[in-house]
Amino acid sequence: MEQTMNMSKTTAEPAFDVNSSALADRRVDGTVGKIRVDNPRMSTTDVDVYYGDKHAIQNVSLDIGQNEVVAMIGPSGCGKSTFLRCLNRMNDTVAGCKVTGTLLLDKEDIYDPKIDVVPLRVRVGMVFQKPNPFPKSIYENVAYGPRIHGLITSNADLDEIVETSLKKAGLWEEVKDRMDQPGTGLSGGQQQRLCIARTIAVSPEVILMDEPCSALDPIATAKIEELIDELREQFTIAIVTHSMQQAARVSQRTAYFHLGKLVEVGETNQIFTAPKHKLTEDYITGRFG
Amino acid sequence: MALAYQLGLKRSVASAGGHASIRHLHSLPSYYGAYAALWCGLPALLVLGFWTAFEGNIVTSVLIGYLPEAVQQTDPQRLNLILNDIKNLAGGNIVSANVDPAMQQAAASYQDLLSISAAAKTVVVLALGILGTLWAWKRISPKFRARNAVEKTVNIFLIVCSSIAILTTLGIVLSVLFESIRFFGKVPFMDFVFGLEWSPQTSIRADQVGSTGAFGAIPLFAGTLLIALIAMIVAVPIGLMSAIFMAEYAGPKFRAVAKPVLEVLAGVPTVVYGFFAALTVAPLFRDLGDAMGLAVSSESALAAGAVMGIMIIPFISSLSDDVINAVPQSMRDGSYALGATKSETVRRVIIPAALPGIVGGILLAVSRAIGETMIVVMAAGLSANLTANPLEAVTTVTVQIVTLLVGDQEFDSAKTLAAFALGLMLFVVTLVLNIIALRVVRKYREQYE
Repeated sequence: MEQTMNMSKTTAEPAFDVNSSALADRRVDGTVGKIRVDNPRMSTTDVDVYYGDKHAIQNVSLDIGQNEVVAMIGPSGCGKSTFLRCLNRMNDTVAGCKVTGTLLLDKEDIYDPKIDVVPLRVRVGMVFQKPNPFPKSIYENVAYGPRIHGLITSNADLDEIVETSLKKAGLWEEVKDRMDQPGTGLSGGQQQRLCIARTIAVSPEVILMDEPCSALDPIATAKIEELIDELREQFTIAIVTHSMQQAARVSQRTAYFHLGKLVEVGETNQIFTAPKHKLTEDYITGRFG
Repeated sequence: MALAYQLGLKRSVASAGGHASIRHLHSLPSYYGAYAALWCGLPALLVLGFWTAFEGNIVTSVLIGYLPEAVQQTDPQRLNLILNDIKNLAGGNIVSANVDPAMQQAAASYQDLLSISAAAKTVVVLALGILGTLWAWKRISPKFRARNAVEKTVNIFLIVCSSIAILTTLGIVLSVLFESIRFFGKVPFMDFVFGLEWSPQTSIRADQVGSTGAFGAIPLFAGTLLIALIAMIVAVPIGLMSAIFMAEYAGPKFRAVAKPVLEVLAGVPTVVYGFFAALTVAPLFRDLGDAMGLAVSSESALAAGAVMGIMIIPFISSLSDDVINAVPQSMRDGSYALGATKSETVRRVIIPAALPGIVGGILLAVSRAIGETMIVVMAAGLSANLTANPLEAVTTVTVQIVTLLVGDQEFDSAKTLAAFALGLMLFVVTLVLNIIALRVVRKYREQYE
């Protein structure tokens, strides 16, 4: 009995391996799809990220084009947030994190020792998963960035920046009468739009969004998605999301991450209707993940 | 009790019909054991406690009955003396008066009474233990809710424990309050609170030379506040800066070493700080003052305040460190993502966010500084000067309480009672500070939750 079991195992193994997603993954050398675009704002090549001994991201190359929204999808722990945080060096604050490879912002290497991380983060802003307004007034939340960077010379200028930022974030009508109230007193969706307004206020070139809607209800989510679509005209946006519908709604290109690798990237339509890679297909059809 | 526990446990298992059917029991077998043990121990312990507490009184009153009529009629104080003699005689100690046969007899009967009482105590306690166990034994059945009974008992025990602390506090407050009211009967309240002169020496006899006593608390509170102020000027900047460094800049290795070392400061006994202040710091300040042509008293508010400030540093740094660490990482991320530098983030986001907590910590430190005694006793002096000059000797409320109550005192003079009034004032001040501090800290907590 035991022998036969062993035998069947040995004979079955090659066949099992060929079809297994694990091997399929290993077989992929690089990424399926078009990783480069004609007018890249940010361009990354062979990025590897290590958290201590853990190899969190392997060999990721991806362009983020001018005025486009790139969505990054994939199962939890696949490294999409880590990749996003590399793009404005937020990983610098994580102890034991090491990034290798080339990451260019307008053809400038952002990990060049000569580059100061502070102006980089002004150019590449970030919106986080959980709304994190400062415990200050709504006005002060938006005014924070322009103030610390000395972008303004008069109070009238500052008022104007705050107003236009809030308007762009679609929050102005709701808060214009209570600018001196604490930002933490707003609802979750309003807080998130306040955070977006705060990011816009320093006029970045690229906005990174790390699951910006995961803590919000569907109505607030719809508002943010609408906002992302409008912001695209001015900014370049990279968004990490767990919702495939959201990726389909807001993005022009979609990148699918799996176990620290960029498996497939392409036009959003194509990714969701005709994925080329088996893993992508499995994920978007809900077979695993 | 251990035996009762085993009995209860076995009984419950047996009543359920063996180990296999334990789940028919309402509670786990150990609860039945605990139930039996409680019934065995609690009533017996209670009786033992009461017996021991009242044994002396009862035996004594019985003893008085044995004494001759004439002795019984004497005044209570004399009777007490005789009773003491009898007890000493029974214990084989030295006796004050001559021993007469009646006393010998009384002593013998006293010893008898004591031994009877001891024997009766043993019997009653044992009997209660056994009775309790039997009672529990009888009640144990699969349907009996032993867990609820045991938990209720534990609950009552916890309530008793917590009320001991509360009642003690209440007792202290009330006793201080009543003594203060007595004091205000002798010295008008307004004179005490707004009086500018403190000189508590009162003459005991009418013909004695001496001051009539002045009980104005202002100089004391001024001294207290002066020293507390100096302490805060030393402690707040150093404590806050070190907290910011620890929380935001220090590497984990440095932090692991430095934080405990800083907290060791809090563990140094205040007496040690006191002689450090009196023997090292105060002369140092005096010599420095001499060198600069300033007259610094060898017991100065400055020395006491500075050393007290050093003592308080760990309070402020440790509390501030905690609140700074409690500021969510997302705040820092949000600020960094806007291109803020570390110092901008600390100054404009973290400190404002942590400010209520820091203020709370500082207020707690202030009430600690106001209540501190040892350092000021040793380093600040005893003279009640009403001055704002930190180079002179001043005195504080706590120091005066110590000096008022140290040594031979009569308990009904205004001088002694003044200590209670001072204590009450001090208590009110620190209580108000603590309440404000707790309010502020609580408000801070609500912000992120």
